[in-house]
Amino acid sequence: MISMRYLPDVVTLEYDETKCNGCQMCLMVCPHAVFAIENKRAKIVDRDACMECGACAKNCPEEALSVRAGVGCAYAIIMGALKNTEPNCGCGDDTNCC
Amino acid sequence: MNMESKEPDKSKFVSSACCPPGELLINIQPETIIQKQNWIIGKIKSKIGEIPVVDTNLSLSDRMGGWKVRWSFGRNNYRVDPGLYAVGNPTDLSPVFVSANYKLSFDHLRSQLAGIDGWIMVLDTKGINVWCAAGKGTFGTDEIVERIDYTKLAEVVSHRRLIVPQLGAPGISAHEVKDRSGFRVVYGPVRAADISDYIQAGNKATAQMRTVRFTTWDRTILVPNDMIASFKYALIAAAVLFVLSGFGPGIFSVERMISNGTVLALLIIMAYILGTVIPPILLPLLPGKSFSTKGIWVGLLTFLIIAWYSTTNSNIIPNKLSLCAWLLIFPAISSFVTMNFTGSSTYTSLSGVLKEMKVAVPIQAGAAAIGLILLIIGMFI
Repeated sequence: MISMRYLPDVVTLEYDETKCNGCQMCLMVCPHAVFAIENKRAKIVDRDACMECGACAKNCPEEALSVRAGVGCAYAIIMGALKNTEPNCGCGDDTNCC
Repeated sequence: MNMESKEPDKSKFVSSACCPPGELLINIQPETIIQKQNWIIGKIKSKIGEIPVVDTNLSLSDRMGGWKVRWSFGRNNYRVDPGLYAVGNPTDLSPVFVSANYKLSFDHLRSQLAGIDGWIMVLDTKGINVWCAAGKGTFGTDEIVERIDYTKLAEVVSHRRLIVPQLGAPGISAHEVKDRSGFRVVYGPVRAADISDYIQAGNKATAQMRTVRFTTWDRTILVPNDMIASFKYALIAAAVLFVLSGFGPGIFSVERMISNGTVLALLIIMAYILGTVIPPILLPLLPGKSFSTKGIWVGLLTFLIIAWYSTTNSNIIPNKLSLCAWLLIFPAISSFVTMNFTGSSTYTSLSGVLKEMKVAVPIQAGAAAIGLILLIIGMFI
């Protein structure tokens, strides 16, 4: 099975290891196994697998992680550019039923 | 405190007042609710009153409903009422599972809870699934805190723990929920199918349970919706080409339109179907990392099929100019269509999609424009 990898060296994930308290929340929420624990601290082991969902940053109590979270969706980016808003999928939110 | 907690909800109903009235369960007559919610199989007494008990078996109508939304019918209005539900025979010690009010998400969860006594707290995500709603923030910290308050969950259960699907994490800040509500968020597995193993392991998820997959099957079930969603554009393109094919050297000919146009229109529909079916299913096998590149191959395949067909029916591609035109148009379109599949994929990042679009969109637009000009010129020489 060929593994699915997206473009390398593009993600905006930033990590300040000095702030890490070793709680492992990032390991728990990351859907792509980007993190591992090493010497009781989190470590980025697979940066290019990150899809910028933002779960790790949102759940890090020490604010050691940051990322420009957003949807990796071309349609959302096009709609965002047309409506001059943040990329947002039109997938069935309230604006859709008007 | 209670009155206050009801306020935000009221405002949410107001904010969605643009929807047809039937969409809001608050406006539905009681009989309709009973008819619509045949998955409620009883009531259970709790400290705050009766709570509906839901079936862990999906009925035929639940399955039909799921099948319908996969085919894009009524997808934006497939909802359950937000609130608290019970499965099995739960007590104040039983686990609380959090879900979205997209019925497909809710059905996935309850169908995996057979033999488990527990509570389900459904958030108001405007009928959107957990992952998408988390990305939008509607499956979020505010909603979870307000819903805890509104459902009086703290009176129903004596523990202070919520099992939230892991894919809800982009919208939820676990430590903030804890600070604001006293409830500790523990993240359950990505897939509802792993819940019983997760519970049996003492609320522990394996690395595999924590990882999102995108299997051939996962991709295949997305095909019908994606195909139906933009089918109208394919029909418009087919109709335009049908009419255009009536033009030619000399005058507009109805006969030519019917003979060539029908074939051309059918070829366009075929190209559309290939373009929406092949990329999702063969995604990892198509060369290239960016989706726009992967799409080009499907466009070339479509071109080859049409070029081959034209050897037996030379009216379809009358000259080299129109041959070049299709060579540009098909890859441009399927590159664009496949690029849009990034939104359905489970591994593309915003930064990555922005990067590929910067290169791909100008090329797609340029190729399609030049192709269209060549096609029109080709008709008159």
